[in-house]
Amino acid sequence: MADEREARTARKLDLVRKLSRDVPHNEALGMRILQVTETEVIYELPYHANLVGNPDTGTLHGGAITALLDASSGLAVFAALAEPVPIATLDLRIDYLKPAEPGKSVISKATCYKITRNVAFTRAVAYHDDPSDAVAHAVGTFMLSTKQGK
Amino acid sequence: MTADLPPAGTLLERLTAAKAAQDYQGLIDLVPYARFLGLTATMQGDQLVTTMRYGGHLIGNPSLPALHGGTLGALLESAAIFQLLWRAETIVLPKTITLTVDYLRSGGPIDTHACGTITRQGRRVTNVRMEAWQADRAAPVATAHAIFLVMRS
Repeated sequence: MADEREARTARKLDLVRKLSRDVPHNEALGMRILQVTETEVIYELPYHANLVGNPDTGTLHGGAITALLDASSGLAVFAALAEPVPIATLDLRIDYLKPAEPGKSVISKATCYKITRNVAFTRAVAYHDDPSDAVAHAVGTFMLSTKQGK
Repeated sequence: MTADLPPAGTLLERLTAAKAAQDYQGLIDLVPYARFLGLTATMQGDQLVTTMRYGGHLIGNPSLPALHGGTLGALLESAAIFQLLWRAETIVLPKTITLTVDYLRSGGPIDTHACGTITRQGRRVTNVRMEAWQADRAAPVATAHAIFLVMRS
């Protein structure tokens, strides 16, 4: 049983890693996967001068955090799906809790906590070191391709 | 990929100068991330329209192809911020509290435009509604609303 679960997790990790790499914008932002489990993806956005919103302080633009939360939430849906099907973001709500610190990577821990026939529900938290001291929090919904609904 | 040396003065001073000179593009060029996304600005009537010029690095789904949802979210948020900076009598850097994006259609590999409408201007908080479209303004690719903290620090 444990071996089966490990094999499944390894397959998911390969799939999610490939899905992430196939996305030009994820690559342009330098985002990479740190961890994948059954329903969760931990994704990293490295700090870069191009992504700065306020040049006086060097803090990242909210838009870069939005891209991180959107991408990691979508990948969490793929991690949770038994068979991958195309998905489309329906909505994403982001709460910005505090500015990201200049020079530091932002990590997103995204979870797909519910899947129905048509819709997947996600939540994600963005942080530097400690998920309980978050930079931003997001909830999203994703439409699943109709193939899944049969 | 080195960041250009910023002109002298704080961001607030430079924003105020760009605004006084009616230099919409100058306003946008002050933000490194806006340059990374390829944002430009034009005035249409009394509305500031922010455009995200298409570039391959904005793609989220290469097989369709379609723009990355994050880029649309960033465009909508930026359009709201630029509208706020443009309309405010005294420039205060708005801080985003929440942003909610509804994705309506997939964004094709072409330019995307967005504008923000201020729905309520309070003393501490401003509410903005945004819309993004491509070839047909009547068929938006995404809509959004956001709440900004606009207190002078």
